[in-house]
Amino acid sequence: MTLGEAEMSLRPDVAVPDPESLFEQPGSVWRIAARRFFQRKVGIAGLILVCFMILVAIFAPLIAPYDPYQNFIGVEGAERWAPPCINAFGCEGPQHIFGLDGNVRDFFSRVVYAARVSLPLGFTTVLITIVIGTVIGAIAGYAGGWSDNVLMRIMDVVLGFPSLILAIAIVFVLGPGLRNTLLAIAIVTIPQYARVMRASVLSVKEVDYVWASRALGASPWKVLVTRVVPNALTPLVVLGTLGIATVILEAAALGFLGLGAVPPTPEWGSMLAAERDRIFTAPHLMIFPGLAIMITVLGFNLMGDGLRDALDPTLNK
Amino acid sequence: MAETLVEMSDLVKEFPVRGGILQRQVATVRAVDGVNLDITKGETLGLVGESGCGKTTLGRMLTRLLEPTSGTIRFEGEDITHLSGNELKPFRRRVQIIFQDPYGSLDPRSQVGSAIAEGLRLHGIGDKDQRQEQVKEMLELVGLRASHASRYPHEFSGGQRQRIGIARALILKPDLVVADEPVSALDVSVQAQVLNLLTELQAELSLTLLFVAHNLAVVEHISDRVAVMYLGRVVEITDRDTLYRNPLHPYTEALLSAIPIADPDRPRNRRILQGEIPSPLNPPPGCHFHPRCPIARQGLCDVEDPHLMDSPQGPHHMAACWLRAGDLAIAPA
Repeated sequence: MTLGEAEMSLRPDVAVPDPESLFEQPGSVWRIAARRFFQRKVGIAGLILVCFMILVAIFAPLIAPYDPYQNFIGVEGAERWAPPCINAFGCEGPQHIFGLDGNVRDFFSRVVYAARVSLPLGFTTVLITIVIGTVIGAIAGYAGGWSDNVLMRIMDVVLGFPSLILAIAIVFVLGPGLRNTLLAIAIVTIPQYARVMRASVLSVKEVDYVWASRALGASPWKVLVTRVVPNALTPLVVLGTLGIATVILEAAALGFLGLGAVPPTPEWGSMLAAERDRIFTAPHLMIFPGLAIMITVLGFNLMGDGLRDALDPTLNK
Repeated sequence: MAETLVEMSDLVKEFPVRGGILQRQVATVRAVDGVNLDITKGETLGLVGESGCGKTTLGRMLTRLLEPTSGTIRFEGEDITHLSGNELKPFRRRVQIIFQDPYGSLDPRSQVGSAIAEGLRLHGIGDKDQRQEQVKEMLELVGLRASHASRYPHEFSGGQRQRIGIARALILKPDLVVADEPVSALDVSVQAQVLNLLTELQAELSLTLLFVAHNLAVVEHISDRVAVMYLGRVVEITDRDTLYRNPLHPYTEALLSAIPIADPDRPRNRRILQGEIPSPLNPPPGCHFHPRCPIARQGLCDVEDPHLMDSPQGPHHMAACWLRAGDLAIAPA
């Protein structure tokens, strides 16, 4: 081998620049994503709203002045559908800052406690859907062939129904209640996750580092678990964050239809439904649960947007 | 005569083309169409051709990332064409691959050290400390620092990433390395460094290299022998000096005339090929090159399929051209 030409004067040992001077972003992919996430206001705003709702749920017993199930029948000054009464603003009677509901219960306590229903419902449902969706999508995308066809056609069947109607049908069969709400929403949303995962796996499995793993002698299963799935999961993180909002909305919708939480469990959707006839005479009973839903959903959506930007591979650097 | 490490004979790889609603197979693409190629122990064999000619597919079959449709690959005499699963594992230790795209070849979630140690882990070599030690040695061998092991790929430049890819491939101490266009994605100045590194490592670790490239200048630099591919077939193969001084196949001539010369006053005798490379879905009959060939003879080249034939100078130089090699050969223009 002749090594004598002009360009060969560049020796490898002198020409390797120090990475520190060239690149300023050390750390793992997640740490970089976190840094990018905190550079944008949208995501931070969402994170603040979400954290606020989570804190409300955790500290509900400290925040709520009353037991959400306690009714004030016979208590002086307490009547059904009483409007908000805040002492600081000059209201003389017993203080109920969100008023009282049709069963003479402190509405503020109920709205606060309802966060303990909706948020865990959102998280667990999305967690279950992500796990099942990942498994289905990963197998379909990685194995291909007939297993891909069978799995994806099943997903198409589920997607073929309007999701809320299918959820209603499922809850109708299983009976109302939070657990069945969770199941119904999970079943309806799995296809979305499975599809996104499949598409993501299809693109990741042809990347060179996956080929490299194979060439080094990793079994197909090992390649899938150690290389393909971790790298294909990013879009699901975004989808899941946005999905929590959808789940809370759908749970509220099912609750509104009387198919969600069973009374007297406080849940925003069913609270709206219970008092919908009073929208003109006691609007506070609509406004506050509605606001709670809005803040939560907005928070998760903004956070999801921020995450999507932070994790977008095309925005690298 | 040196020992033959790999023998490929009549190697074919077809890919199905699916279409229609039912995704039925409507056609096949012959990406590699009957390749015969031997690689001698310790040599660097350059493999050139334009994109889409099947050189990457050939490299992936040789590393058994793809299974050939037909033909055989022998590695040290052992038929490895259709090995699968665990039977392949010993072979994997001995044949490794370096990829073209330094940005796609490293898992962004995996620290450099762990990426390089992957092969050791998979083959159960050494315990954790020994593996770390080996990774450090390897990093220094490819011109990086041992402290780089705990960094992530995105902290490195393209050339450095390519070094990491080389370290990952070499840690298993393979006999044969398929370098699939290892420098074509790099800056020219960095190309030279990586090429130097490869040559040094080759000498140090007594590697055999199959160096795939579309750039004849790069191949000239590194190869002992060069094979030229066109549309799934090897059209010419000989030692480097002969190929560059005395090309036989008209396609090789055209490729060579396309190398830029850094001298504005020197007259250039460029042979610009007419037309596009034909689709491998529907290759032309006879010699695949005849529709673009300046010397094609009607009734011969468009009918009869040329195989690799000895040149008038002898068997060390072979070309798949009726007019320039074999019994019918006329003197090159």
